[in-house]
Amino acid sequence: MSLTAKDVAEILKLLEESAFNELVLETGDLKVEIRRGDAAARPARVRERAPAVQPSADIQTPRAKPVIAPPPGETDVPAPLLGVFYRAPKPGEPPFVEIGQTVEEHTIIGIIEVMKLMNSVRAGMRGEIVEIFAQNATLVEFEEPLIRVRTVG
Amino acid sequence: MTIGRVLIANRGEIAVRIIRTCKALGIETVLAVSAADRDSLGARLAGRALCIGPAASSGSYLKVDTIVQAALGSGADAIHPGYGFLSERADLARLCEREGICFIGPTADQIEAVGDKLRARGEAEAAAVAVVTGGPVGDLAEAEELGLRIGTPLLVKAVGGGGGRGMKRVDDLRELPETIALASAEAGAAFGDARVYIERLVEKGRHIEVQILGDGEGGVVHLGERDCSVQRRYQKLIEETPAPHLPSGLRDEICAAAVRFAQHLRYRGAGTVEFLVDVARKEFYFLEMNARIQVEHPTTECVTGIDLVAEQIAIADGQGLRFRQDEVHLDGWAIECRINAEDPARDFAPSPGVVSEAIWPKADGIRVDTHIVAGAHVPPYYDSLLAKLIAHGPNRASALAILGKALAASRITGVSTNIDFHRAVLADPTFAAGGVDTAYLARFLARAPSLAGS
Repeated sequence: MSLTAKDVAEILKLLEESAFNELVLETGDLKVEIRRGDAAARPARVRERAPAVQPSADIQTPRAKPVIAPPPGETDVPAPLLGVFYRAPKPGEPPFVEIGQTVEEHTIIGIIEVMKLMNSVRAGMRGEIVEIFAQNATLVEFEEPLIRVRTVG
Repeated sequence: MTIGRVLIANRGEIAVRIIRTCKALGIETVLAVSAADRDSLGARLAGRALCIGPAASSGSYLKVDTIVQAALGSGADAIHPGYGFLSERADLARLCEREGICFIGPTADQIEAVGDKLRARGEAEAAAVAVVTGGPVGDLAEAEELGLRIGTPLLVKAVGGGGGRGMKRVDDLRELPETIALASAEAGAAFGDARVYIERLVEKGRHIEVQILGDGEGGVVHLGERDCSVQRRYQKLIEETPAPHLPSGLRDEICAAAVRFAQHLRYRGAGTVEFLVDVARKEFYFLEMNARIQVEHPTTECVTGIDLVAEQIAIADGQGLRFRQDEVHLDGWAIECRINAEDPARDFAPSPGVVSEAIWPKADGIRVDTHIVAGAHVPPYYDSLLAKLIAHGPNRASALAILGKALAASRITGVSTNIDFHRAVLADPTFAAGGVDTAYLARFLARAPSLAGS
């Protein structure tokens, strides 16, 4: 049997809505163990729990994807198109943005390459970067959250 | 097998269909989905679903660069384009060739050779395959001379058209210059190609097509014919194989012509050569070639036992043809109904929405190709095909009986469907007798106005 990202999300949801702190699922040669972190903590992300649930290993390119919508006051900047995300203008150069940095609407937060065509991605909002989800030189999907911003104004 | 991971650049039932064969072959699948198809059955069944763009297909399923980038970025070594969308776009095939991705389909040159209807006509003539009397029209004097030679009624057709689009009927030669001017202007706007040609109109014709497989080296086999004459506004609704009451001599000639045409192109992969059979003259003419897998391919699979998607992949993988012509055996009769989300009572208007209940029949001799389960969304952005019900029996009568029961056992709520309409057609003695022409369904609707509103 195989497990999709959607299955994982559903399992996580089951656990979250239940009174239990731990879930062990075993079918054939597949074993999934999920444990609740600090129950009071902020939304868990798949990245943190990923080691317990990596089914079709090599097909899942490294991705960090928030499962849960940002809390009030924070907003995710989605990828405007599918492509390869780059955090810096060129290899070896410093990234466009870092966590803690403030951004304006026009601030470039990265580049998405589609078949050698480079597309600048702008923050589109004002605030402070609290998380960077997208990893350098990896494929991002359409509307995949790239960074999370604590918005102002 | 060098293909280990396939990116499927399509949606709906054909995405599910391709995933099924890939899984059986141990090939991993990546499904490109639009934002509207994130929760589709295909997205759930695929090894990975990648959102490539917004719901509108112009920003997702029709984006060549994005599809190739998605394949490269997800480590896919091949792209299966399905049907529609990018399946007959030479630029996708060419970009794949350049990027070292295996395109599961013909070469870019072959797509171009058959995509231009006028060029395809020329290729047919070069392959000694009959075409309808007619030809290109350079200037008006030429058009009038050709018109006189053909006689009326005749058709003005757009070179960039196809599938019934871009055609105009002329009954009086005095209207020819005006119609050509209008058709050319419309074709320029609709297809970006203002060229038109004229052909004699076959008043009573049957749509007969031949499934072929080519190895790209000149080796070609055919898998029999399909009769797709039950059409509404050039949209096929019911397809069957073999074609009822087709004289066996004519059948053999048609299949041989299809093979000749594909050999002439040194065609690679699965394709369909479409013919118009002139019922009155007992002649057939080349219409066009579809350089892809077709919606109605399961009927051929039922009677041959051959998985066409698996053969497409094998050919793309360089394995060539895995059987000879004399190893193809046709067993029994197969008939397919296309179940669409549309409302026959409102002139077959599309009926998008959420499917609340989906019950498909399960029985011997029944195959259901679908992506529709309870809770499935039918977005308004794409075609309305929900499912294909395919019945296979030892003969036409038994296949029809199985299909009738299958339609009766199907239940879809939440969106309107044409299931009852199919039942009415199956119950019609003219259809049951077999061998109807392409104008049959329009006559049927005129006879039974209650089925199509009033």
